[in-house]
Amino acid sequence: MLSINELTYAFPGTGPIFQKINLRVEPGEFVSVIGPSGSGKSTLFKLITGLLEPDQGEIGIKGVYLGARLGKVGYMPQKDLLLPWRTVLDNVMLPLEVEGRRGSLPEVQKWLSRFGLSGYEKAFPDELSGGMRQRAAFLRTIMTGKELLLLDEPFGALDALTKRNMHSWLLGLWEELQKTVLFITHDLEEAILLSDRIYLLGGPDVQEWKVGLSRPRNSEQIYQPEFIELRRELERLIHHEN
Amino acid sequence: MKIKWKKWMADYGLFLLVVICLVSIWEWVVRAGGVPSFILPSPSSIWRALVEHRDLLLGEHLPATLIEVLIGFGLSLAGGILFGVGMHFSNLLEKIFYPFLVISQTVPLIAISPIFILWFGYSIWSKVAVTFLIAFFPIVVSTYDGLKAGGDEYRELLRTMGAGRWMMFKKIQIPMALPSVLSGLKMAVVYSVTGATIGEWLGASEGLGYFSRRMSGNLQADAVFAAIFLLSIMGIVLFLTISFVENRLLRNVTRGR
Repeated sequence: MLSINELTYAFPGTGPIFQKINLRVEPGEFVSVIGPSGSGKSTLFKLITGLLEPDQGEIGIKGVYLGARLGKVGYMPQKDLLLPWRTVLDNVMLPLEVEGRRGSLPEVQKWLSRFGLSGYEKAFPDELSGGMRQRAAFLRTIMTGKELLLLDEPFGALDALTKRNMHSWLLGLWEELQKTVLFITHDLEEAILLSDRIYLLGGPDVQEWKVGLSRPRNSEQIYQPEFIELRRELERLIHHEN
Repeated sequence: MKIKWKKWMADYGLFLLVVICLVSIWEWVVRAGGVPSFILPSPSSIWRALVEHRDLLLGEHLPATLIEVLIGFGLSLAGGILFGVGMHFSNLLEKIFYPFLVISQTVPLIAISPIFILWFGYSIWSKVAVTFLIAFFPIVVSTYDGLKAGGDEYRELLRTMGAGRWMMFKKIQIPMALPSVLSGLKMAVVYSVTGATIGEWLGASEGLGYFSRRMSGNLQADAVFAAIFLLSIMGIVLFLTISFVENRLLRNVTRGR
């Protein structure tokens, strides 16, 4: 679905953030990217979406390495960036408008209720709670119709309880979503709970770590000894790297 | 209905009260003989002058000025927005014209207006030209600045959806620029009345500015004040019209700011 080969990138006037890194995401996978602040996670996403171009190396989406990447993946930025003057429905329909497509309203309605937003179609973003705004932004990303979704810390700004709810909700939705997700987070627990694999950013090279948990999962698993052991292992890996 | 009235009173009641007080004091001071009436006429004599000249004022001079204002403002609106958008899209256009724009505002209007009389004669177009010169600037600047204002993150988001420049302009920049453009329009429409009046002073055969100047020559201060009264009413009505449009358009745009 996504392959990044020998990617090198530097902001003008600074040392490289990425030096020949490789990364791969298979169709249907949920892959997290973790790393300390400043390790270039968001930059990586901007490179994949095509907002930035790599200095060296190549980025392929569905096996296509050439041509513009803009408009090829669904991107959910760190802030929800819902347009404040549009209703929830109009915000969610934005990707369709941009592409000049007409969405079928019943289909959108179905999604809205699946995202816990039915009844709020006509509400404006400032009337929603943080969790709802995040879900609306997530739904907008899904409405791009792209198979690969890049989610940049979607739950980063939520309080612990709301975050927990979002995890259970997302795990329950995951099977029917049929998408491929690349997910940025600071939260190790979240990364383990949600992903199939985790990439560690920040060292000279990226490190890959498989999450040995079967699906379907539920958010209660974080209390199981098996999960806690995984978390300890991941923390050791991070400390070792630094 | 009752609630609306209450809200209206809460918003404007105090203002109204002060106006009534001031007008009463004014009337009293003039009647008591503190000020000669050719310097400061009393409100009641201004009102009498208004009634006396009503056919001329409302039938001839007010429409003449209003037409000048509307044409001048209309041209500024079309030209100003076009120019603001043009400068936003073209660096070259901005580099060439922005200095001119600023210079056009530093030239004293009164000094340049006789030139318009020279060019356009005593026709309506000399007045329209003065109006245009004064109203064009706030519209261009507010459009240009409004389009510059922020929204980079939204634009990036739309780019990842595959949006082109025009699409981003339509979906992000126009809504974001609207508040600024409308403030500019509100200023411009009030300036337009000033512009038309100055134009008429310098040479005209009709209009409220012309009328007030002629009456001032005759030392008929009450008639001068009557014309000024009508001019400010015109300005207020035009301002409120734009405010109304603003409220309509911006009901959602300014959300969350």
